[in-house]
Amino acid sequence: MDDLIRINDLRVEFSLLGGTIEAVKGVSMRIRPGSTVALVGESGSGKSVIAQSIMGILPKVGRITSGEILFADPDKNNEVIDIVSLSPDGQQMRDIRGGSISIIFQEPMTSLSQFHTVGDQIGEALHLHRDIGSKEGREAVEKMLRLVGFPDPSAAIDTYAFELSGGLRQRAMIAMALVCRPALLIADEPTTALDVSIQATILKLIKELQAELGMAVLMITHDLGVVANVADEVVVLYHGKVMESGCVGDIFGKPGHKYLQALIKAVPHFDMKAGERLTPVHEIDYESGPLMSAKEPWPSDLDKEATLLSVNGLTKHYTTRKQSWFGSREATRITAVDGVNFDIKRGECLGLVGESGCGKSSVSKLIMRAISSDAGTVTFNDRGNIVDLLSVEDEEMMPLRRKIQMIFQDPVGSLNPRMTVFDIIREPLVIHEIGSAREQADMVRELVRLVGLDPRFLNRYPHSFSGGQRQRIGLARALALKPDLLICDEPVSALDVSIQAQVLNLFKDLQKDLNLTYLFISHNLAVVDYIADRIAVMCRGRIVEIAPRELLFRNPVHHYTRRLMAAVPYPDLDRKLDFSSFEKLGSNEPASWPKPFAIRPDLPSAMFDLGGEHYVLAAEGTSPRELGS
Amino acid sequence: MVSYIFRRLLIMVPTLLAISMIVFIIIELPPGDYLESYVAELQAQGENVDPQHIEFLRENYGFGDPPVQRYLSWIGGMLQGDFGYSFEYRLPVTDVVGDRLFLTILVSMATILFTWMIAFPIGIYSATHQYSWGDYGLTFIGLLGLATPNFLLALILLYFANVYFGTSIGGLMDAEFIGKPWSLAKAISVLEHLWIPVVVIGTSGTAGMIRRLRANLLDELQKQYVTTAKAKGLAPFKALVKYPLRAALNFFISDIGNLLPSIISGAELVAVVMSLPTTGPILISALQSQDMYLAGSFLMFLATLTVVGVLISDLLLAWLDPRIRLMGANTK
Repeated sequence: MDDLIRINDLRVEFSLLGGTIEAVKGVSMRIRPGSTVALVGESGSGKSVIAQSIMGILPKVGRITSGEILFADPDKNNEVIDIVSLSPDGQQMRDIRGGSISIIFQEPMTSLSQFHTVGDQIGEALHLHRDIGSKEGREAVEKMLRLVGFPDPSAAIDTYAFELSGGLRQRAMIAMALVCRPALLIADEPTTALDVSIQATILKLIKELQAELGMAVLMITHDLGVVANVADEVVVLYHGKVMESGCVGDIFGKPGHKYLQALIKAVPHFDMKAGERLTPVHEIDYESGPLMSAKEPWPSDLDKEATLLSVNGLTKHYTTRKQSWFGSREATRITAVDGVNFDIKRGECLGLVGESGCGKSSVSKLIMRAISSDAGTVTFNDRGNIVDLLSVEDEEMMPLRRKIQMIFQDPVGSLNPRMTVFDIIREPLVIHEIGSAREQADMVRELVRLVGLDPRFLNRYPHSFSGGQRQRIGLARALALKPDLLICDEPVSALDVSIQAQVLNLFKDLQKDLNLTYLFISHNLAVVDYIADRIAVMCRGRIVEIAPRELLFRNPVHHYTRRLMAAVPYPDLDRKLDFSSFEKLGSNEPASWPKPFAIRPDLPSAMFDLGGEHYVLAAEGTSPRELGS
Repeated sequence: MVSYIFRRLLIMVPTLLAISMIVFIIIELPPGDYLESYVAELQAQGENVDPQHIEFLRENYGFGDPPVQRYLSWIGGMLQGDFGYSFEYRLPVTDVVGDRLFLTILVSMATILFTWMIAFPIGIYSATHQYSWGDYGLTFIGLLGLATPNFLLALILLYFANVYFGTSIGGLMDAEFIGKPWSLAKAISVLEHLWIPVVVIGTSGTAGMIRRLRANLLDELQKQYVTTAKAKGLAPFKALVKYPLRAALNFFISDIGNLLPSIISGAELVAVVMSLPTTGPILISALQSQDMYLAGSFLMFLATLTVVGVLISDLLLAWLDPRIRLMGANTK
């Protein structure tokens, strides 16, 4: 057998309360030694189940009903073993698992134990499969940690997972998977939970290690940009069946199957023309009704383009506790939001992008007064009546809360599982005592139709809805009070690409129909580019660049924006990520940026107007010519 | 770490002081005092009361003093190891409690060991074999244990132990050894009797612990890191003990703080039913007869155990869980 892995007609069944579900319906595929195969599909397509079957770690309710997984183990002179025939917990399977085939998962936070040091967990994998002394073992672990890019491996070996950042945790996970130099690495959505720039470094790392160790990689992902950048061969999965497979050039060059074509069309990208619409796999039909359109009118003499929300010098510090349990420590002050300024005009959508931890969610919470600010003002234009949201009394804030509503990232956590959808959508109306019970019921029914759901499902509970549907329920709830401003905090980042396109289009349409204003927060540049009119880029609590969308991504000026742009993987084989030039752009540490963008306490910086509403943060006294515009 | 322990020890001082005040107030709350109930009891039995003797006692033990002064002398005495005088037994409190304390600790420790030895394997089995017949069966037995009143179980076990093993009813040893110095035969006799109170006192605690261990372990077994451990090729049992069980232990360690006093006080009713020579029955009779120094010292003893237990469990938690040790300084 030339292949490392050959899967023939694999069928996997899950027995659940209501009966059995066939998650994998006769899949055949192969992985050649040293190559990268991308397994593409949306959630529920069975791609993780295939990975679990290869590893022999299917959950208890799962069962392989037929088919074979042939593995030519290079550790045993390419002797061919059928993994399906092995007992999952038997010695032979355990030798393969972690030794010849290993896996990394999506969530680096939960994949590592919090109770054991990184070195202990990596070393464990090594000692299980290699007969090696504890001293040599430690050295091997250190070498591995250096290989995956830990700056100080001998210190890192004794740290715990919670002391590391998300990117470093994923590196530790990779070190654990690779320490026994497996023949196959299964990467199950390894970068989905990470920011673009960390994603780029992790992808680069996997590629480099693959070349160095000569291993094959099975990359499971739903991100076609990642596929284009790493894969040699692609297998497209839909509802447990292979739709299409072949080498990456053929797949992207002439996608044969309708599903793949639809999937490619559903991904937002930077080459979209103004007004071009994404085509989701399934479009949502929605209808607006009379109740929602009957909105409190704005005075006719007011400027149509008036500023709705103006944020000035918004600042928030977090202080760590002065005394720890074990003696006193220096109190450290972290500035989460550092003098942020921006305006949002009526009817506009302002996108706010940045990596996790840059303070973008803190900004939304500050505007909603969910956390208190340390300095700055947030003025809101309530039909000509200008109020500072941060200084009004609580009882004055209550009617203003109807005007600003929020949509959250997590479609599971943001809906109370013990309330029916009807009660969830109705709750804002009850809190603000709007209308009689009958009027509220009418309103709820109109709202669900507005987000394209069937009013017959109103008495169901959130768990019977999919992620995209739940996010639409969240949207209906936010719209119940007929708000002027919607703050959307990463509303589509937990959704599959096809669902994402659907929800994004709904957001766009409703904005037009209901004359809404959005503050749209996301770490996905392409998504923001698709939906926003103007975009603000945030890093370390500061806005470093703000511009209309057609200017910002075509002509990024700030170093950080360019760095973000360089990290975005395009679903296009002609524009692969240039890992080495990305590397040259350095870290996201403001002090390390090149002049005039470096931010240090001794270098005061200011926003520079480049014309056309394009502003960029740079050191004071910089000439516009230096900014390269 | 040293400064942390030191600080925790320092905090214990005001805590215990506050508890001692509450204990004192509670003991003083019922109308009258020991002498009054003593006189009433004597009169009820038709005996003569020597007013002079009563007056002498009243003087001597400061019953006439204002409460604050009595509180201070009680606390002051305890600090010097003088726990006061038991009126009922006409002995210093230390002498009344002393020989019973050892047996109390013996019964308690045996009970704790019994609880852990039974609860751990069953809890782990139930969690790893969720919804199997074994899980249902053990859960059913556990619930029975939780629901059976202690004294009832005590009576049943006493009866069967007597019928089948010929163990004498009640007490912790055969009658011939009571008050005798320790010998091998006496120790064997104690062991023969010990298992009944241990089973009786430990049953409900064991059942409760099985339920909690099962629930905690089930939560942990769902987590991703368990899959990671399996994916390394770790054998199932090793993977279970090293990762999820370790994480599920936190609840168990924080429980130690409650364990000591609850076993010692929870055992009192059983001790009365089974007439065990432990401290329990004395506490109850001391509370009934308003024998204030004896009762007060007892309550302080329980309070100190609680405070020490909590300290031990906090230290163990900090030692076992790196998140507590290393992230104490961070606020969310």
